Amino acid sequence: MRRSKIKYLSTGNEACGEGALRAGCRFYAGYPITPQNELTAYMSRRMEEENGTFIQAESELAAINMVFGASVAGARAMTSSSSPGISLKQEGISYIAGAELPAVIVNIMRGGPGLGNIAASQSDYFQATKGGGHGDYRSIVLAPATVQEMFDFTYDAFSLADKYRNPVMILADGMLGQMMEPLAFDDNIKPSGIIPKPWALTGAEGREPLSAKSLRLGSGKNSLERHNEWLQEKYKNIERSEIKTELYKTDDAAKIIVAYGSPGRIGRSCVDTMRDDGDAIGLVRLKTLWPFPYAEIRKLAERGCEFLVVEMSAGQMVEDVRLAVQDDNKVSFYGRMGGGIPEEEVIIKKLKNRG
Amino acid sequence: MGKTYTRPNSMKDVLTHYCPGCGHGMVHRIICEVIDELDVRETTIAVAPVGCAVLAYDYWNFDTTEAAHGRTPAVATGIKRIHPDKLVFTYQGDGDLAAIGTAETIHAGNRGENISIIFVNNGVYGMTGGQMAPTTILGQITATSPYSRRSEKEGFPLKIMEMMAVLPGVTYLERTMLTSPKEVIKTKKAIKRSFKRQLDKKGFSMVEILSPCPTYWGLSPLESIKRIENEVVATYPVGVIKEDK
Amino acid sequence: MGKKKYKLKIDRERCKGCLFCAEACPLKALSISDDVNGRGLKYVVLSSPEKCTKCGLCVVMCPDCAIEIVEEE
Repeated sequence: MRRSKIKYLSTGNEACGEGALRAGCRFYAGYPITPQNELTAYMSRRMEEENGTFIQAESELAAINMVFGASVAGARAMTSSSSPGISLKQEGISYIAGAELPAVIVNIMRGGPGLGNIAASQSDYFQATKGGGHGDYRSIVLAPATVQEMFDFTYDAFSLADKYRNPVMILADGMLGQMMEPLAFDDNIKPSGIIPKPWALTGAEGREPLSAKSLRLGSGKNSLERHNEWLQEKYKNIERSEIKTELYKTDDAAKIIVAYGSPGRIGRSCVDTMRDDGDAIGLVRLKTLWPFPYAEIRKLAERGCEFLVVEMSAGQMVEDVRLAVQDDNKVSFYGRMGGGIPEEEVIIKKLKNRG
Repeated sequence: MGKTYTRPNSMKDVLTHYCPGCGHGMVHRIICEVIDELDVRETTIAVAPVGCAVLAYDYWNFDTTEAAHGRTPAVATGIKRIHPDKLVFTYQGDGDLAAIGTAETIHAGNRGENISIIFVNNGVYGMTGGQMAPTTILGQITATSPYSRRSEKEGFPLKIMEMMAVLPGVTYLERTMLTSPKEVIKTKKAIKRSFKRQLDKKGFSMVEILSPCPTYWGLSPLESIKRIENEVVATYPVGVIKEDK
Repeated sequence: MGKKKYKLKIDRERCKGCLFCAEACPLKALSISDDVNGRGLKYVVLSSPEKCTKCGLCVVMCPDCAIEIVEEE
């Protein structure tokens, strides 16, 4: 088969949407909120072209619950929003996790808390990786850092969601959502990871009726405790198999920048600049935030590396890095809050000053 | 022609947890009779509420999903858009439909989603201990209106069906009650009409059913159905509110 | 010409004693027993079976599918 590669300039938001469509997503519900409006508008146009369903829902609450419905009916379904809207979706995400449904949720983060501003931020890391919604559950969290990755990670998200029957979140920021970069993919690409869904509600023809629920009032093997034990087992499986990290020039690095998303790009640039200067600097760029690469970071710590965690927040991921490194003297942090962008010069200065 | 009557096939052979004289048992049974008569058990997907009927999937012999409180019409929207030829209905109480779920109810109707909503109105929040509902009538004492519902402090009973009637996407609305065999049969006819309209792709419909809650009305089952006849129906008159062709 | 005969069957374990059936019966053939079922609820019995015409109004009112009309063997 002749590969027909498409390449065009795209915003991150629209690349995310196209990745979803190419993964076979045929249901999207969303609500306008800056800085992800390009994604909602893109889906309103493209979904119709693909004979899928686009609904501009009455609220982010309604949208996540429409995704619950489409998913329980067996479809690949997605919603998107930005920080305050993702707060509204937390109940729905908890229900989706509890009922073990696949779903993809995109958060194009903006400054908070509250209404905040519409600039890029990473202050929803805790919300995404530590729950956000109630109960003992986890969302798989993917962190793209380029427009291409907005497409690729979203495309992969649907296979992951189906495989594990779990919510998958694409955690990006407003810069990634709105910047334009080249996007390339094969026009003939087909959805991957399509598996049967015997649990989907399609009408009880030729089988026993099914019920979908997260409520577990029973006892013994029907108890909520037992259900949670299974969920924890599932999460351990995901931790064993799905961690993805980019290690950039870490083999001989004495000091390592740890970042994801836009700061990951800035970090890479810092590494290149400092290497030109002869400094042994490396970058750990996380692609999955949950599951988190504790082991990989610990291995680097055991070698004696020092870490500078860079985030667009008051410092959220840094706590997981500290957990991995187990030596607070080796971990420092540089962050900008409320929509500020970390500066290369500041990062370089901090790395040089650390001795 | 047989005169036999047995439990409908779409109703599982289990005992329910509902209180003696609760309307849920009657509405469940009627829905199951209609589904049997329309022969759509295998192509029905229902959405259960949060409320006393949260366990409805334990009683119904067809595919059923839970939904977060009030989001039931949104979940039903997702299902119906994926399976437009299946019978998709929601089953909701007064909190689910007219409090936390008001936006979802109105917008599903406004979009003209081709679904059926069965609204069981008993004027209280039963599952959580008898608190005031949007449909609690003036003067009614509940766990959170211990001085009775007073319009100046607690507002008025919400007549959501009448509100929905102005939406062009809403094509059939009928209110019924469970107070006598005649009214129960009318309720069944209304539910059947709603389901048939959906199968004929005639758009959004809702049936509101005035239902007894003996436990939280502090009345016997028989006194409860008298109360619907003597008090509730004055605020919530029964009949067809809207029916498009 | 054998006419089919029907009878009322009340499942006492399903019955919760709400008395909707007794109230609906035009001939007052149903009433509450003094006995309780496995759930501790008094259940309804066909106290005057000779009055029962199998009209089915009791069945229409029952919230628990406790009353059935079946063919008499």
